[in-house]
Amino acid sequence: MDDRKPPRTLFDLRLVIGGLFTVYGVVVTVAGITASDEDLDRAEGININLWAGLGMLALGAFFLVWLMLRPAAPPRRGK
Amino acid sequence: MQALAEGLRLHVNGLDYAILGLYFAVVLGIGWAVRRSVRTSTDFFLSGRSLPAWVTGLAFVAANLGATEILGMAANGAQYGVPTVHWYWIGAIPAMVFLGLVMMPFYYGSEVRSVPEFLLRRFGPSSHLLSSVIFAVASVLIAGVNLYAMAIVLRALLGWPQWVAVVVAGFFVLVYITLGGLTSAVYNEVLQFFVILAAMVPLTVVGLRRAGGWGGLRDAVAARRGDDFLTAWGGTGVGHANPLGANWLTITLGLGFVLSFGYWTTNFAEVQRALSAKDLSAARRTPLIAAFPKTLIPLVVVVPGLIALVVEPTLGAAGSGLDYNDAIPVLMRDLLPNGVLGLAVTGLLAAFMAGMAANVSSFNTVFTSDIWATYLRRGRADAHYLATGRVVTVLGVLAGMGTAFVASSFSNIMNYLQTLFSFFNVPLFCVFVIGMFWRRATAAGGFWGLLSGTVAAMVHYFWLYRRGIVSIPSDQGANFVSAIVAFAVGAVVTVAVSLGTEPKPAASLAGLVHGVRPPAAGVPADGDGVWYRRPALLGWGAVVLAAACYVPFSF
Repeated sequence: MDDRKPPRTLFDLRLVIGGLFTVYGVVVTVAGITASDEDLDRAEGININLWAGLGMLALGAFFLVWLMLRPAAPPRRGK
Repeated sequence: MQALAEGLRLHVNGLDYAILGLYFAVVLGIGWAVRRSVRTSTDFFLSGRSLPAWVTGLAFVAANLGATEILGMAANGAQYGVPTVHWYWIGAIPAMVFLGLVMMPFYYGSEVRSVPEFLLRRFGPSSHLLSSVIFAVASVLIAGVNLYAMAIVLRALLGWPQWVAVVVAGFFVLVYITLGGLTSAVYNEVLQFFVILAAMVPLTVVGLRRAGGWGGLRDAVAARRGDDFLTAWGGTGVGHANPLGANWLTITLGLGFVLSFGYWTTNFAEVQRALSAKDLSAARRTPLIAAFPKTLIPLVVVVPGLIALVVEPTLGAAGSGLDYNDAIPVLMRDLLPNGVLGLAVTGLLAAFMAGMAANVSSFNTVFTSDIWATYLRRGRADAHYLATGRVVTVLGVLAGMGTAFVASSFSNIMNYLQTLFSFFNVPLFCVFVIGMFWRRATAAGGFWGLLSGTVAAMVHYFWLYRRGIVSIPSDQGANFVSAIVAFAVGAVVTVAVSLGTEPKPAASLAGLVHGVRPPAAGVPADGDGVWYRRPALLGWGAVVLAAACYVPFSF
């Protein structure tokens, strides 16, 4: 069984999730700010784009902050 | 079919397609970035056993959160009502906790690469070969059926021709798994998990508003379907009628114990996620962490099914052109503005790809390490198996795409085959549990237990139930009873044959059977002692939460 650990520092999933949801959050929030009356009627008067956008911004920010506070540990040395 | 396609067409625009396009770009980007960490076959098939528990835990949920699951459970919500929660709270949760607390030390501690390999070590080649081949064939078939289901949905929603949907989704899954192996599949599953939530939560919120809040939804549904439709256990006394066609005994034993334990603890597409964790503690926590989101998923899947009944009263009625499976698409069409709509389409596509990728990434592992490396080409260099894994991934996806095209002309046969394969997990679980806790179980006992349990379930379902010799009100109810039959027959045969054959020498059972030698604990990582990482606390916490969820739906 091969026990070499691949280097984890190359790529961190938290960056991808944080990045994608920040972009989605901005795009959908803007769609919410510029929502037409038809859009609002469809969603029962809730500006769902605005709320979903802000929610996704929060999720994206959560992952990015987590990444900043706890960067990926360097690869563990085999003992 | 054409009328249906027109009726469900969504008003997608450039914004929605931009959201979808960005998602596809990120999916490929993950495959591309991860490919550099794939250097050995263990990297490819098990992510080098390096992933943290939160990643494997969310992938564990997402691997099961395919679109057939989402659309199907919403359909069950619309058809059977609140009793659909049984699939989650008594079905999935106890089985996931059992996997984490009881079975994972044997799986992870014995360092097997796959669930069938555990059979090989504990029992022997005959049961190993039987289960590997059935698993490999079933994976490709299910991947194909999943693709076909996606093609139908995309044609209805977006107007894409069927072959475009099959080729596009197949291509993306093929590329990112061939490049990055299981790591790529798992990372994408975690991303998919959040995208699916981002799609389903707004849908549920707007839908609840349309239905007049939870109170309004309750009243409207109760007026149409009666009060039992809104309680989990109403009308489930033995001999009473209820929409599910099952009583409390077959629900708890058949669904809760046998079927769910069979699926969650022996389905390699799930267990593989835990085997890719970085140590035993993370592996045990994988299904336990997964249990918490799993408990809450019915809120955004089953509830929309109920909402769809109110928003579109003709849903499921004969002649309306809308069947229960259209519950989620109908809500997307009626409630979501552009922007969130794009997210919902992306979430649905992500869910289809998650389901398919889970099948493909477990198929390539079982085929390469259990069939190819064990029986066909033994003892080659590791690079040979890594290359084989990549080739098999391509072949598996192509076979799945072929199956999808075949499925469009033979959809009844496909349903039949899926039912057939679903009968295999239960005796597998039966044999596993006996093998893990009873050292006297022998190779012959395992093989015959597996075979007889599967055959017994088929005989019960296809012969006794389908021919009306045993009367059960619904297919679901019959499934539950078949599972109980499979477990009972499998257990009796395993024990009887084992008692009549030579026991395996104790030395060959080390780490595989309870009490023979405690499984290797591995080196505990720093910080695993903190209270929120203790498996027992997480596991029992999930069970208590699931039980508490029943309270509001029991009176």
